[in-house]
Amino acid sequence: MQKHIVTAFEDDLKALSHKISKMGGLAEEQLAMSIKALETNDFELAKKTIAADKVIDELELDIEERAILVIAKRQPMALDLRRVIVTIRISSDLERIGDLAKNIAKRVIAIDGQTPKSLVSGFHAMSELAQKLLKDVLDAFASEDVEKAVRVWRKDEDLDALYNSIFRELLTYMMEDTRNISFCTHLLFGAKNIERIGDHATNIAENIHYMVTGVLLTEERPKMDNTSTSKFDFDENSNI
Amino acid sequence: MSVQKTGVPMSEKQISSQVGKFTSRGVDVYYGDKQALFGIDIDIMENKVTSLIGPSGCGKSTFLRCLNRMNDVIDICRFEGEILLDGQDIYASEIDVVELRARVGMVFQKPNPFPKSIYENIVYGPRIHGMIDGRSDADEIVETSLKRAGLWNEVKDRLNEPGTGLSGGQQQRLCIARAIAVNPEVILMDEPCSALDPIATAIIEELIDELKENFTIVIVTHSMQQAARVSQNTAFFHLGKIIEFGETDQIFTNPRNQQTQDYITGRYG
Ligand SMILES: Nc1ncnc2c1ncn2[C@@H]1O[C@H](COP(=O)(O)OP(=O)(O)OP(=O)(O)O)[C@@H](O)[C@H]1O
Ligand SMILES: [Mg+2]
Repeated sequence: MQKHIVTAFEDDLKALSHKISKMGGLAEEQLAMSIKALETNDFELAKKTIAADKVIDELELDIEERAILVIAKRQPMALDLRRVIVTIRISSDLERIGDLAKNIAKRVIAIDGQTPKSLVSGFHAMSELAQKLLKDVLDAFASEDVEKAVRVWRKDEDLDALYNSIFRELLTYMMEDTRNISFCTHLLFGAKNIERIGDHATNIAENIHYMVTGVLLTEERPKMDNTSTSKFDFDENSNI
Repeated sequence: MSVQKTGVPMSEKQISSQVGKFTSRGVDVYYGDKQALFGIDIDIMENKVTSLIGPSGCGKSTFLRCLNRMNDVIDICRFEGEILLDGQDIYASEIDVVELRARVGMVFQKPNPFPKSIYENIVYGPRIHGMIDGRSDADEIVETSLKRAGLWNEVKDRLNEPGTGLSGGQQQRLCIARAIAVNPEVILMDEPCSALDPIATAIIEELIDELKENFTIVIVTHSMQQAARVSQNTAFFHLGKIIEFGETDQIFTNPRNQQTQDYITGRYG
């Protein structure tokens, strides 16, 4: 790729993608902390996670402002234009991921007690996959690797499938013993948050595809989350 | 944002569904020994704005001038190939170039009104084309042409003042009114806004948008933003060749060709 004749333009674009990488790194960290806090009932870590979200929110505003300035000053065209627009979109996805991680951390405070280890395993598998998807999609962004982005895009299906199975599993525990209901519900909300994070990783993947190729990923991705057709729908309004 | 569906090159689909006004096939132009255009194939669509973009010296003006045979007046200029206007070869021997230039009008970079009154600037063309029969005819042509060029309200009380006394933007609209006065089918514009301020430019762009209802417009511009704003189709010229021709929306969001991309995004080409 040739460089821009105007070097300041080149610098502006680099600064934007650098900020996204930074924001992505923070979102990853935030997610890892919230999961650890939930799995280990770590109250302090949960509080730290909640506080850290502010930094991500500020970065989003910063990126948005810079992107708007680039559009106003440089009137980017073609690939450059797609880059700037996609930067704005990805930063908003990352901001949402930060929020969702914060919500998971809030669960820890709400659970207020021990979560039986046996119940956490399904959640653990799911959160590991979500973290991998997020990491991969951020790598794909940094290296503008469309194929990698598309792989993340397809992998989200697995996350949906895991969510479905956790949903069923937790339901059985709740029916078995009503004392399980409280933390199962919290865990389920946590799982739902993780599932939403997967959706945001998918959005980011779509945006990388658009940024690099100029074409929208339109192929229908099979939607595996069919819990909403089950009797209980645990969608948490604040997270959607 | 308008983005095409996966794998469907929208430009080709859309352009082929439009009606062709000009068809250029294998056009080569030489200035003496030096070849300026190489095998230009392009369809200029009716009632659309087509913009020609590309670096200085790539042949945009040369091609534009081929469309109404303005190159004929340059002795060393030689034309080969075929340009059809509504299916008729404009380089055929039976073509009357004066009549051709009435059908295909032109507006230049620097506003160039005649050193005569505003009124005379407008009626000059219709008169030499024998379109005027009496004073009321002339008055009507002056009024409608100035109205269509969006200049009427500004000049209606001073039609007898010299056209050269108008502001640059007004002069350019006067030139557009003058081009319109002979009722052409096509208007060629060679960098019509390059000498104008942003407001005057916006007014001309607005005008171009209105004019395309009745005319086919071809515009050469060095402003990528202007090309993106005013045209439906865009051709990118480089070193005398057309590198890419397509729907403007696509060219400026997702050009197919790397050279086009480099040019419109301001990279070293
Ligand atoms: N009258 C002429 N005599 C000789 N060579 C000419 C003449 N007019 C143009 N050329 C040459 O033909 C080539 C194309 O010129 P043209 O004016 O069409 O380019 P252009 O794309 O309009 O450039 P610009 O953006 O600077 O107006 C150039 O190399 C130019 O030097
Ligand atoms: Mg020129």
